[in-house]
Amino acid sequence: MTVLQRESWRESLRSLKVATWLGWQIESNWTDPFLFAVYSLIKPIAGAMILVVMYLVVSGGQTDNPIFPYIYLGNAFYIYVGSVLMGISYAVIEDREHYGVLKYIYVSPIQVYFYLLGRGVARTLTGTIAVIITLVFGVLVFKLPVNFLKMNHALFWPVFLIGLAGLALVGILLAGLTLITARHNYFMGEAVAGALYLLCGAVFPLDVLPKVLQYIGLGLPMTYWLEGVRRAMLGTSVSPVLAPFTHETILIILFSSTLCVGAISLGFYRWCERRAKEKGLIDMQTMY
Amino acid sequence: MSQTLAIKTEHLGRIYQIKRKRGESGPATLVALEDVNLEVRQGELFGLLGPNGAGKTTLIKILTTLLTPTSGRAFVDGIDVVENPQEVRRRINMVSGGESCGYGLLTVEENLWMFTQFYGLDFKTARERIQSMLEVVGLADRAKTKAYHLSTGMKQKMNFARGFLNDPQILFLDEPTLGLDVQTSRILRDFVKRWVRERPGKTILLTTHYMAEADELCDRVAIIDQGRILACDTPANLKRRLQGASIFKLQTTPLDTLEHFKQLPGVSQFAGHRRNGHTELNFILEDENALVKVLDAVQAKGGHLLSLEKREPTLEDVFIHLVGRGLSDEENPT
Repeated sequence: MTVLQRESWRESLRSLKVATWLGWQIESNWTDPFLFAVYSLIKPIAGAMILVVMYLVVSGGQTDNPIFPYIYLGNAFYIYVGSVLMGISYAVIEDREHYGVLKYIYVSPIQVYFYLLGRGVARTLTGTIAVIITLVFGVLVFKLPVNFLKMNHALFWPVFLIGLAGLALVGILLAGLTLITARHNYFMGEAVAGALYLLCGAVFPLDVLPKVLQYIGLGLPMTYWLEGVRRAMLGTSVSPVLAPFTHETILIILFSSTLCVGAISLGFYRWCERRAKEKGLIDMQTMY
Repeated sequence: MSQTLAIKTEHLGRIYQIKRKRGESGPATLVALEDVNLEVRQGELFGLLGPNGAGKTTLIKILTTLLTPTSGRAFVDGIDVVENPQEVRRRINMVSGGESCGYGLLTVEENLWMFTQFYGLDFKTARERIQSMLEVVGLADRAKTKAYHLSTGMKQKMNFARGFLNDPQILFLDEPTLGLDVQTSRILRDFVKRWVRERPGKTILLTTHYMAEADELCDRVAIIDQGRILACDTPANLKRRLQGASIFKLQTTPLDTLEHFKQLPGVSQFAGHRRNGHTELNFILEDENALVKVLDAVQAKGGHLLSLEKREPTLEDVFIHLVGRGLSDEENPT
């Protein structure tokens, strides 16, 4: 390893560490610790309850139908989509538009991918707390058939971690888009998260979607992520489209589609960064 | 062996594309920099003096890797800013004046600590530098205050302190005292001067539209207007260009129009503006006899002379001499 490569690695680790610390300060410092704890507890439960009540009304109270744990788990893990994806892309909006420091961060010797990932870590942690609370609430209140000790850990952990990495990479893609699209970007993260909610089988199995949307859904790593997580925790698949795939196939497709998304995201971010420098957008404040 | 220049630009140009409103005609581009050739030596405190919109900030943005040039090349410490921006960033820092930036939820100390970590400073050095810079800018007693409790001026001081934390090889100061009170500006200017003198080999590029700041601080000054460098020399040499010229500053009661003063015989250059209820007129005359015509013209326009001063050339006069107008929107910081 050359001296320059060593220096780059040191900068990458520093960027990740400091950005993680910064993200946590921003995430947790807006109120006092007690209120933060109450908020962290109530928000995910309230979010889950909205969907549960809707399901119970539509199904006539059938919590023993296999579709119920499918929906509940999909919804619980979907918390990560909002947290990781927007946690990373919002870092650009916050640093540039709100705090006015993006240019100073860019002038310092950071490694920008690691900085962005670091900014997403805090949201991932708060997201993890929310997911755990939602799952525990589901098991205790709705008798969700999940046994955390006996679930398929060999499938769960690789799928879970690769899925998170995929979300982080999509977050970087959105951060790039944010760099060049100025004030419209607040809606961008939400629009993408909303589209993914529909397309990757978070609440409905892909089978209920029109064929075209099914194909789009089958091209998204998040679809295999949620499917893998459900299989690991519930032991079965209720989606006729995905049921023929073995666990290994799900893992391989998830891994390779994440690699593709990663290559596209990192390349796209570099392109956006170059465009932002050409157009003078790195320090542009557009939130008027 | 020749020493590497701290900053070098070769035919540097930057054109901005401007969005035209519907129905508007005219060019859709703005030339911010045109054929800029600069050489700043290591250890220099180099000034870039020009009015707002002259291209000073654009030049700094290019040199700090935030903006790409549309033509030409730029080097910082011998490194091409476009081809190897990361290597440039390891050597520099930047402060822009007139901004109130920073993470409001973090304390002053935390804001600064974060940047020391981006630059890889160890814990002890980081603490020492933060403490020392907070004392310089007079924020030592605010170290534990969250940034959202700071006034705009205090945030600006915090940002100034941030620029020095990594002890950069080359520091870019873009109007660092803009909007600060007189006393603070004086303290910061003294510190800048001391910082560069005590660290041989460290370089500062300072942009300002305060002529006194450029005159007081800089080893050499480049005068820039409309994206072009008009002159570059030591302040003394620049002023020497006007040696022998008769320079007068007049204050009169408010005058409606000033255009006709340019046409008076014997007036080499003229700049004037209204300020605080009176009109200030600056003349560079071919010889002192032309003053009579100037005074007649003031009287003819219904003005009354409030004061008349014959003075030594300043950088502002050099600017007027080169451009044909003054740094009209300047506020003298002294």
